[in-house]
Amino acid sequence: MGKKTIIPFGPQHPVLPEPVHVDLVVEDEKVIEAIPQIGFIHRGLEKLVQKKDFMQFVAVTERICGICAFGHSMGYSETIEILMGLEIPKRAQYLRVIWHELSRIHSHLLWLGLLADGFGYENLFMQCWRLRENVLGIFEKTTGGRVIFSACNVGGVTQDIEDGDLKGIVAILDGMRSEYEELLKTFLYDSSVKNRLSGIGYLSKQDAESLCLAGPFARASGLVEDCRLDGYGGYGDLAAFEPVLSEDGDGHARCEVRAREVYQSMDIIAEMVSKIPDTPISLPVKGMPGAGTAAVHHVEQPRGESFYYAKGNGTKFLSRFRIRTPTSHNIGGMTKILQGCDLADVALNILTIDPCISCTER
Amino acid sequence: MGSFMLTKMSFRNLFKKPVTKMYPVEPPVYTSRSKGHVVNDIKECILCGICEKRCPTGAIVVDKPAETWTINPFACIQCMFCVRACPKSCLTMEHGYTPPSTSMYTHTDTKPELTAEEQAEKLAREKEKAERLAAAKAAKQAQAGEADNGKE
Repeated sequence: MGKKTIIPFGPQHPVLPEPVHVDLVVEDEKVIEAIPQIGFIHRGLEKLVQKKDFMQFVAVTERICGICAFGHSMGYSETIEILMGLEIPKRAQYLRVIWHELSRIHSHLLWLGLLADGFGYENLFMQCWRLRENVLGIFEKTTGGRVIFSACNVGGVTQDIEDGDLKGIVAILDGMRSEYEELLKTFLYDSSVKNRLSGIGYLSKQDAESLCLAGPFARASGLVEDCRLDGYGGYGDLAAFEPVLSEDGDGHARCEVRAREVYQSMDIIAEMVSKIPDTPISLPVKGMPGAGTAAVHHVEQPRGESFYYAKGNGTKFLSRFRIRTPTSHNIGGMTKILQGCDLADVALNILTIDPCISCTER
Repeated sequence: MGSFMLTKMSFRNLFKKPVTKMYPVEPPVYTSRSKGHVVNDIKECILCGICEKRCPTGAIVVDKPAETWTINPFACIQCMFCVRACPKSCLTMEHGYTPPSTSMYTHTDTKPELTAEEQAEKLAREKEKAERLAAAKAAKQAQAGEADNGKE
C-alpha cells in the first residue's frame, strides 16, 4: 500500500470552464476520496431581490449563468406568475419553450465540444462549436442577443417571432441534422472516443437515486428524472414526451444521453412551431405579489432540475427568492464517481457531470 | 465501432471557406434586432422619467429642471426596459456596442433651444392649460356653493 497524498485540483484547470476546487486524496495512482469546495464566484444575487423590484429582477436572474440564461429568466417569470395567479397567453408559453430548447441545443453542443477538448480531440471540438454558432445566430436574429436575450419577462415574452421566421428556425435546425449526424456517430461509435470514455466514472441507478441526482447525469444511469414530464408551460401540449435514457451509467452513457437530447430538442421545436397559436405574446401585470404568498416551481435546465421559491410581502420587492440548481446536488455524484478512479481520469470525470458553478453559487 | 470517423468532414473542410470572421477588419453583420446602445430622440422626449424608474441598473438620469437626459453607457445592460416603457417611443436600441474606453463617461442629451415659433406655441399651450384649470376650478367651486345653498 502506498502513502496517502493530497493533490489539489482546480480552481484553475484547463478542463474547467468555471472554478471548482477538489482535494484529491490519492494512494499511488488511485483516488480514494475527493473533497469538493465551492465559493469562488459567489455574488449574492438572491439578496438583490430586496433592491430590485420583481419586474426588474428578471434581468438579474438572467445573469446568474451564461449558458442557462434563458432557463433562469423563464423559471423566475413562471414562479412569479404562479405567485400572482397569472395565466399567460399560449403563444408566449410556446415561444418560451422554443427558446429554452434552443438553449438546450446550444448548451449540449458546447458541452460536447468541451468533452472532445477534454480528451484531446481538437477537431471534434471545433466542429461542435461551429454547429453551435448556427443556434447563436438564431438567438441574435430573434432576440437581439447571443447569450443574454432579455426575451422573457413576468407576464409573457418581450419579442414575438414571425411565423415565417419560426419556419426559418426549423429549416436551419433541419439543415444542421446531417452534419450533426456525423458528429453523433463519431461520439457514439468512434474507437478513440469510446476507448477514452467507456467504463470511466460508473454510477449505478441505486446510487443515482440515493444521491438525488438530476438531469442527464441521472438519466445516464437509467433514472427517469425529467421535469418536462410534468408538462409545465408549453410542454403540456406536446403529443408525447419520452426522456432519453441510458443504462450504462459511465462517461460514454452521459455523452450519449446529451448527444441524443439535441435531436429530441430539435423535434420539440418543430412540434411547437407547427402548433403555435396566434394569440398576444404578453399580459399586462397589475398589482404586487401579495403579503404572505409563496410559490414554488421547477424547470428542466440543460443540466437538470432547477428549483425556484419566491415569497411576496405585498410590496414590489419580494421578501425571499431562492434557486436550487442541478449542479448543487450533482456535485455529490461527482465525489462518488471520483472515488476509486485513476488520477488521469479525474479531469474527464469532473467534466462528464457538466458542472455549472456560476448557477450553483449565484 | 470504427476509427477516423470524422475524416470525411475534416477533408471537406479543407476546400471550404473559414466560418470565422476577421472581426475588426471585416465589419460585423447586424440583424434588425441586434442590441447595442440606447439612443434618445431628445426633441420628442418629454422628460417624464419613466425610463429612469424602470432601469434596473440606474444607468439613466433625467433632470427635468435642467432639461437633460443622461445615460451611463457602461452601466447599461441593454435590457430594453426603457425602450418598451417610453410613452413617446423616442428611445431606440441602435446597433454597435459602446467602444472600449480608459475611463467611464456619461452621455448627456439636452433639450434644444426652442425657436420663436415653438416658444409661442408652448406659451399658448400653457395658457390654454391654465385657463382650462381655472375654468374647472371655478365650476367645482360653483358646484360646491350650490350644494351648500341646498343644505341651508
